[in-house]
Amino acid sequence: MIYWELFISFCWVGVFCVGGGYASVPLIQHQVIELHHWLTMPEFLDIFAISQMTPGPIGINAATFVGTKVAGIGGAITATVGFVLPSFIIMIILAKLLARYGDLGAIRGILNGLRPAVIGLIASAGVMFFTLAIWNTQKIPTNLASTDLAGLLVLAAAFIAVRKKIFGVIQTLIAAWLLNLLLSFIIK
Amino acid sequence: MEQENTRDKDFYWKLFKSTFLISTFTVGGGYVIVPLLKAKFVDEYHWLDDKETLTLVSVAQSAPGVVAVNAAIIMGYKMAGLRGAFCATFATVLPPLITLTIISYFYSFFASNHYMQIVLKGMQCGATALIIQVMYDLLKKQWSKKVAFPIMITLGTFIANYFFNFNMMYIVLVDALIGLFLLQDKKYE
Repeated sequence: MIYWELFISFCWVGVFCVGGGYASVPLIQHQVIELHHWLTMPEFLDIFAISQMTPGPIGINAATFVGTKVAGIGGAITATVGFVLPSFIIMIILAKLLARYGDLGAIRGILNGLRPAVIGLIASAGVMFFTLAIWNTQKIPTNLASTDLAGLLVLAAAFIAVRKKIFGVIQTLIAAWLLNLLLSFIIK
Repeated sequence: MEQENTRDKDFYWKLFKSTFLISTFTVGGGYVIVPLLKAKFVDEYHWLDDKETLTLVSVAQSAPGVVAVNAAIIMGYKMAGLRGAFCATFATVLPPLITLTIISYFYSFFASNHYMQIVLKGMQCGATALIIQVMYDLLKKQWSKKVAFPIMITLGTFIANYFFNFNMMYIVLVDALIGLFLLQDKKYE
């Protein structure tokens, strides 16, 4: 049964995908290309291109894309549920453990080490996204001529709007989207 | 952690709506959603505080699965038990499920359309502004505490991740070990 196979395949990816970001890619590749031949390599590479410009983590995108391809919308839902289910169970267990043992010295120590790390990772994502939005690169920009002035303007306006509490989170996202569309008609 | 199981309908609707919209407008996948959820749940709705959120994200970070989904699950659970976790997960997963299903039929149109690119660019700028705001806020608060060790961990993690592209898993492991052996004291909280 194809639904069951999809479900099990993505469950497996969900369980063994450790390390965030693109850690799931080789696992999905193994399941989808080598084991089940659901996609060809070029089709698989398309998923990356799509994931770069659509919402959602690559794992979910891949699950949806593969599921749709193999068994329509039902397949997309099955694969996605399979991918998320292990995370769901593991996170609930960890949350319960955290509530019970969070006060132990060792656990407190580990969390004291991890909290500042999260700030560092958020900062890293922030810088990457900043250079990506303005210079279209994740690394330190070398070609300053490629600066996207409209993007810079939208970003600055959005930042001020959030900072001054003029807009909430959702309004900011929508306003930035509209402003960029407007600017694209003015600045050619 | 399960004290907040009795939430009204309005709460679930707000939780679903905000998570759904954030997930819809979060282009580029992965870690981006974490600061956006923080901006919404902590800074706007005050459902969680800074420290709780960082703790939950730490746990989400260290477990298998996608950080964005893990973070939504554990934040939802913390705020409203199993129902909250389910609501937040559903809202996180639904937008990519819908978009990708549509896109898988119209891929070539999507990849080459000029206006599509502009629309995505705008969303990206908005999300970036929000991330920078959250980042600025967290760094400022951390700096004002004037405790050297956590600041060094933040800096080290940033350098390892941004400049050296180290695998996230090793970074998290090293930081956890530093915490386990050196940071058990109350003053590091």
